[in-house]
Amino acid sequence: MEKSLLEVKDLNLHYVVFGGSLKVLDGVNFRVGFKENIGIVGETGCGKTTTMKAIMRILGMTTAKISKGEILFKERDVLKMNEAEVQKFRRREISMIFQDPTAALNPVFSIKSQIYNVIKYSQGTEKKLTKKERKDLATKALSDVMLPDPERVLENYPIQLSGGMRQRVCIAMALLSDLDLLIADEPGTSLDVTIQDQILELLNELVRKKGISIILISHALGIIKNITHRTYVMYAGFMIEAAKTTELFSNPLHPYSKGLIASVPTLVGRGISNGIPGHIPNYSNPPLGCRFHPRCSYTMPICKVEKPPFLTVSDTHQVACWLFKKEGDKIGK
Amino acid sequence: MKNRMENNVLNKKPISIKWENVRRNWYKFSRNKLSIVGLLVVLIILFLVIFAPLITSHPEAVTKYVNFSEAKKPPSLSYPFGTDIYGRDTLTRTIYGFRISLLMSVVVLLISVPIGVILGLVAGYFGKWVENLIMRITDIFLSVPTLILALALLTILPRNLVTTMIAVSLVWWTWYCRLVYGLVTSIKSEFYIQANELIGEGKSSILFKEILPNCLSVIITKMTLDVGAIILLGSSLSFVGLGAQPPTADLGGMIADGVVYLPDMWWMAVFPSIALVTIVLGFNLLGDGIYDMFSLGEA
Amino acid sequence: MNNRNLAFIIKRLLYSILILWGISLLIFFVVRIIPGDPARMALGTQAPEDVVERLRVEMHYDKPIFIQYYYWFKNVLRGNLGISLVTKHPVLEDISELFPATFEIALYAFIFIAVVGTAIGVFSARYSNSWVDNLGRIFAYFGIVTPQFVFAIMGMLLFCYVFKILPSMGRLDPTLTYPAKITGLITIDALLQGNFIVFFDALKHLILPVLSVGLGGMAQSTRITRTSVYNNMRKDFIAAAQSYGVPDRVIMFRDLLKVSMNPTVSILGLQFATTLSNAFLVELIFNWPGFARYGMTAMLQKDLNAISGVVLTVAIFVMLGNIFADIVNSFLDPRVYLLSTSKE
Repeated sequence: MEKSLLEVKDLNLHYVVFGGSLKVLDGVNFRVGFKENIGIVGETGCGKTTTMKAIMRILGMTTAKISKGEILFKERDVLKMNEAEVQKFRRREISMIFQDPTAALNPVFSIKSQIYNVIKYSQGTEKKLTKKERKDLATKALSDVMLPDPERVLENYPIQLSGGMRQRVCIAMALLSDLDLLIADEPGTSLDVTIQDQILELLNELVRKKGISIILISHALGIIKNITHRTYVMYAGFMIEAAKTTELFSNPLHPYSKGLIASVPTLVGRGISNGIPGHIPNYSNPPLGCRFHPRCSYTMPICKVEKPPFLTVSDTHQVACWLFKKEGDKIGK
Repeated sequence: MKNRMENNVLNKKPISIKWENVRRNWYKFSRNKLSIVGLLVVLIILFLVIFAPLITSHPEAVTKYVNFSEAKKPPSLSYPFGTDIYGRDTLTRTIYGFRISLLMSVVVLLISVPIGVILGLVAGYFGKWVENLIMRITDIFLSVPTLILALALLTILPRNLVTTMIAVSLVWWTWYCRLVYGLVTSIKSEFYIQANELIGEGKSSILFKEILPNCLSVIITKMTLDVGAIILLGSSLSFVGLGAQPPTADLGGMIADGVVYLPDMWWMAVFPSIALVTIVLGFNLLGDGIYDMFSLGEA
Repeated sequence: MNNRNLAFIIKRLLYSILILWGISLLIFFVVRIIPGDPARMALGTQAPEDVVERLRVEMHYDKPIFIQYYYWFKNVLRGNLGISLVTKHPVLEDISELFPATFEIALYAFIFIAVVGTAIGVFSARYSNSWVDNLGRIFAYFGIVTPQFVFAIMGMLLFCYVFKILPSMGRLDPTLTYPAKITGLITIDALLQGNFIVFFDALKHLILPVLSVGLGGMAQSTRITRTSVYNNMRKDFIAAAQSYGVPDRVIMFRDLLKVSMNPTVSILGLQFATTLSNAFLVELIFNWPGFARYGMTAMLQKDLNAISGVVLTVAIFVMLGNIFADIVNSFLDPRVYLLSTSKE
């Protein structure tokens, strides 16, 4: 097995709420290689964002608690890092672009103020920048994301910018450091489709140029298909399928993935499908066994009792579903 | 909080009284144990107030009774709260003091709530210069602290309980006006669209038939919390000599009388103070419980 | 400060002046509604009729009420608030004599509410549901249900009589003399003159009154701050700040604080005048030589000029408080002036 940049092993996380807990992540497993583009697909509420925030350990001001699991970044466990190490990790090795750029920018500080703040922490302690150097760096970062008139953008407040501009600012801030891994949580979702296209192309370009890995989260399958090498399908807090992207789309194995891929409307052929009946489980009282079984048309007795492990079907394809136990056994799991 | 309350008003269906609803409301109310404490306190006080003449042992304490041989006595079995400088039983006077406090709250609310609600509805519905006029007047009244306004009003009016209640009412309606105005204006923007589609049913009947019942939950909650607030204001006013005049027993007045005799005859000021805090606390906790019951805090 | 900020502030200032004018109208008409003859009331029942008549003409009591308002307003603008019935001095003089004492309490109480109240609110939200939070909430609750004068009484009993550590009456120990009057605030005046003995003694006398007003007034702003911070804590821009590696302490006191302060500042603006009126009540308990006694007497003796003066002073404070809040808010949150222009 080649070395991974990031490896998440059996991550279990729950939120403490009034009168119980919400067991959101139920054993998440995935890995990201160097210079690899990974996609994570899943419907809203399946735990994608929570997992990412857990990786960066930015769940501090919520009631989230991690009960089990490891997050290995370059073979060091992020969860076991002390405060200083975590800060270094966040500042120099990993960055995240949040789902809603309006919510991700502090409305009462100017763009200049916010970028300078990030610059302060992202350049490393050896480098102390002069005012001019700092301004140049900020301006360059903004023009790298194709923002016209960066100087004026710096003077503005978030509310004065359009959605697309805010998204670009967020990307610029994320890419200021010397990072190895970028997490993009549904970039451009809240924007116009044409703008979303531009943003994604921009991301793709920057990621390639800098030679970094990216975890791209989306529930827009078209985007995933274009950019990623490998894709995971996530449902209700655990990964149910992982495959090379082209293979996943041409041959989805898990019943849920099949439903997902089928629900992409096409101009010819199927047209618009019916979607997948049912809804995501209640995390305060999740179903036993495989969390998808209440919605699955292929449920077997074992599905209701025991959670399926990740079964290897081929070199490039794994699926967590009891339907494929035989294939898994054949290859020797 | 204001926006959440408006959301709730928009989403609520008309209130109906069914056993199922009563059970559900009780559950929501009683989730916070403190609300039940508030309810109990209020019920006990109501009992005391209603049956005051029957249960107090020294009914003469609220009259011009004077008995210097019994005066200034510390708490004892026959005078659990001690006596004041005229020899009157403090406990009896405290219970009658509750009467005055509650009377004031009830009267003030009876006067100010209808006025405020109607003016708020008018301002919200008619808009334009009517709205401007009413809301500017409301702004002016709300700008000055209630205490000061009441003082000013009572300078010119004769000083007794009735005029004090009127003075407070004259100030209090503005809170309800602003509250209802806010609700109506946000609802108006929703109903406006629908209203145009409804043939024959004018905007006014929508306002009065559908909006008002939904505003009721907010209004009732505020009224409960206001009982406490009015009692506080009333006691502040009687502390400075307004409100009920001697020999009527009034909590604020009793405290004012007792302050002079601190610290030796501490009971004259301390017991009414504790009573005052208790009644306000009770109504506040009850009000919070009602707030939970109407789910006004949930987004 | 940029242009739009300035325009916004000026607009708010004008609005406040309008409200102040409205209050002056209110006071005037309220006071003139009394039945009876103001000239007769001022001079007493013994005065001969022609003297009363002369006063009546002089004070324009014979003219229609709007003309009376015009003259009254003109006088007010010149600083002439009339003569007090009780003290026979100009009301303005009386007020400027007595007001600083009350203001001293109100000022410190306000600072207490602003700083301590906000801090408790922030910590309550950050460590929500911990003992810090619960303690803060209980405090806040008692602040709401207890009237200021009860706080004062309890405080006095506890600290003056049980633990004899604080004085109970007056602004200064009777053996000390007041410092020369610069501002009228003993603490400031004493400091300016380097008189530390007087300074500390004055502080000692201030503790109970200030806490009585402050603890009660703290409740509202603590609650509002807590809610605001609590809601903002969970927003993505805070998670984003964490993701950039900004230390938690910096996040709490820079990013979180600035964005949550808007409702707090608004409430504090309203409370500016409320602390003043609460100081009123507390003064009477501590025998404080301030505004309150003057106002009380005015009310009891129907001294119309004096009471108008008192209400007007409080109204000015209301206006100042609101302006102050608007200005501070516009610096804290640029959305305040960036958004408002689009609406109007």
